[in-house]
Amino acid sequence: MSRDLPPAATGRGFFDEGRYPGIFGWIFSTDHKRIGLLYLWSIGTAFCVGAILGLLLRLELWAPGRTIMDAQTYNAAFTLHGVIMIFLFIIPGIPAAFGNLVMPIQIGARDVAFPRLNLLSWWLYISGAALAVTALFTGGGPPDTGWTFYVPFSTHTSTNVSLATVAVFLLGFSSILTGLNFITTIHRLRAEGMTWMRIPLFTWSLYATAWIQVLATPVLGITVALVFAERVIGTGLFDPAQGGDPIMFQHLFWIYSHPAVYIMVLPGMGVVSDIIPVFSRKPAFGYKAIVVSSLAIAFAGSLVWAHHMYTSGMSDTAVMVFSFLTFIVAIPSAIKVFNWLATMYQGSILLDPPLLFALSFILLFTIGGLTGLVLGSAATDIHVHDTYFVVGHFHFVMFGGTGMAFFAAMHYWLPKIYGRMYDKIVATVAWGVIFVGFCVLYLSMKVVGLMGMPRRYWDYVPEFTGLNQLATIGSWILAIGLVLMFVNLIRGLFWGPPAGDNPWGGATLEWQIPSPPPAENFDSDPVVTHGPYDFKKAGIL
Amino acid sequence: MSGHLHKDYTGAKFGMWLFLFTEVLLFGGLFILYAVYLARYPKEFVSAGKELNVWFGGGNTLVLLTSSLFVAMSITALRRGATALCLGLLGGTVGCAALFMVNKFFEWSAKIGHGIYPGSAHLKEMAPGEMVFFNIYYLTTGLHGIHVVIGAIVLTWTMVFIRTGRVHAGDWVILENAGLYWHLVDLIWIFIFPLYYLILH
Amino acid sequence: MTEVHAHIVPYRTFILVWVALLILTGATVTVAQYHFGALNIWIALGIATLKSSLVIAVFMHLKDEQPLFKLALLSALAILAIFIGLTFFDVLYR
Repeated sequence: MSRDLPPAATGRGFFDEGRYPGIFGWIFSTDHKRIGLLYLWSIGTAFCVGAILGLLLRLELWAPGRTIMDAQTYNAAFTLHGVIMIFLFIIPGIPAAFGNLVMPIQIGARDVAFPRLNLLSWWLYISGAALAVTALFTGGGPPDTGWTFYVPFSTHTSTNVSLATVAVFLLGFSSILTGLNFITTIHRLRAEGMTWMRIPLFTWSLYATAWIQVLATPVLGITVALVFAERVIGTGLFDPAQGGDPIMFQHLFWIYSHPAVYIMVLPGMGVVSDIIPVFSRKPAFGYKAIVVSSLAIAFAGSLVWAHHMYTSGMSDTAVMVFSFLTFIVAIPSAIKVFNWLATMYQGSILLDPPLLFALSFILLFTIGGLTGLVLGSAATDIHVHDTYFVVGHFHFVMFGGTGMAFFAAMHYWLPKIYGRMYDKIVATVAWGVIFVGFCVLYLSMKVVGLMGMPRRYWDYVPEFTGLNQLATIGSWILAIGLVLMFVNLIRGLFWGPPAGDNPWGGATLEWQIPSPPPAENFDSDPVVTHGPYDFKKAGIL
Repeated sequence: MSGHLHKDYTGAKFGMWLFLFTEVLLFGGLFILYAVYLARYPKEFVSAGKELNVWFGGGNTLVLLTSSLFVAMSITALRRGATALCLGLLGGTVGCAALFMVNKFFEWSAKIGHGIYPGSAHLKEMAPGEMVFFNIYYLTTGLHGIHVVIGAIVLTWTMVFIRTGRVHAGDWVILENAGLYWHLVDLIWIFIFPLYYLILH
Repeated sequence: MTEVHAHIVPYRTFILVWVALLILTGATVTVAQYHFGALNIWIALGIATLKSSLVIAVFMHLKDEQPLFKLALLSALAILAIFIGLTFFDVLYR
């Protein structure tokens, strides 16, 4: 296996002077790599804000009763934590940052299909974020409804739900445009020889995700628009006093929000699918199965939304139908896990940070997925619905899953983008601390949830104190690990040693160009002659 | 190697179609609600539906169908080099859009004048199913009306591009995409019309 | 990149389709006057589907487009149908 020697530092690739001077060369750039970095830093900032909110929530829950904030503030805090983490971090997350940075290069293109639309996506993201922040300080103050905005509370609360729904609408539009752009790009701009079956699995995952973004997000759009209309114009489609049905809000909301979790996790799975072969020095096992299961997850995930509604009052028939359908979606996910493990089997394993985070994904997502079965079975869900078991479950899959994949992607691709390498030992230590903190924090939640502690409660009975304190301690350990990880990354990416063109020995196209990538990506349009994990043919083994 | 502004006609069209799908799903949410409430309040939907004027609705249907004809023909005209005819047809389309909105203005004014609008006192005295009907009527036709205006703006913009020569017989995908958007506006009304104006039984 | 462009659709085709659409509009108004019970809505939707198929196939040129476009449209419509259908498992059986 050859690892390229660091090239002599000449220019700085796409970091060289842009079309406009200074910051304008960035915020008005249509270069997918610059837009990717704009997203990366915006999303990273959002994550930090959301994480701080999470730490504050855990501080409040250190003891029963008031600890550092009153109940109204607490409600606003967990609403904001959810809105930020979901709409400003996880949903744009991997596609907007790493999809933009890497995908066009992976398929041998110079940019996405609609570069100006891409820039518009980012501006919509920033506008939505700005409006969300404004909603904190205007109107009736920060929304206190939870990120799910359930009616009737969301239509009656005096907090600034109206502005928040406009923010969500803009953020949804941003997501839609990204999806639209990626679908068209992948269909139309692949280099010669890049057949469908040679596309890297990361790009395939973005493709499946993009379809969900395009087809499901508009339903969120109309749903929040209807909440806005009910508040501002007085329409009553969800109001029983006007013949409306509040459960219909839940249907419309979850018709988007369940597929949304696959928008969150599919790209994460794609990151893992790209990393595992490289760090096992083996082609991906079951490439086609992974492709098919990605598309299957996207489709099947659109059939199961009402498993969030077993206790809502909907019909028993619906409860049974959706419970049955929910089990189906576990199958393609399991197929992926088997394929990842089979890829590693008898491989030549390199325990670098990207692989450590990828392996964490597999373990933690699997655990989260298994608790998903408890939730998906209607009978057991009755007991754990709206408890901390749910909170533990979704943090396992979203944070232990997508979050870890996001960190994996940072450690895998940012040396390519910035051209410099971080300290791998510190990164490994940070990973270990994160992993321990994560498990302490969220396993405690699952246990206290099974014991009956409800979610979104500012107070709890004294019996739950021990586990809550354990969880809070876990959050501190996790925070230390995150700080260590981010500081190490920033230090390395800006001031570390040159990374070289191909520090990991990857066979996909992004590793065949200089680090940082040049503005046009390729000197001449590449011609692809082998698969994405064909290390032998790529001359890397 | 140039090709930075690679013109991909098929790609541009495909992108537009994808955007149209998002519009279908946006209105789709309202159609889901319509279906559910129709099933729940069949009689009230009929009694409320009879309050709507089939002449306004039918007239607007004919207006939009004709506008679609004009915009479809405008592409043929442009590709055949008949730029003046193209602009005339597009002007006709925008004119139809204006006519549609004028119709809608009169229709809504009449209803609002009778006290039938979301949140009104009169509405609150109606049966629940009738309240739902009118609420969803205003929301759906209102959202549609917004799209008529957006479509008219997009088409006007396209006319400017044709005048300045940016859109022409050799590169007309902008007109094609504007036309696709307009046809979507027509398509949505093709479903709104029977669902709201022809619920008589 | 050279693209083979679809043939130019003659004005006549568009006008014929427009006439068909007007006739179908008349048909749907006429049928609505009669009492077919629960069937009324399905007939109305059927005629609307026919009208939209004409608009999509001819006005929007879908019949001349690649299979990909047609498949994509069908997928979008199928998903919407699934959303409505599965919701009815709740609404119909309360």
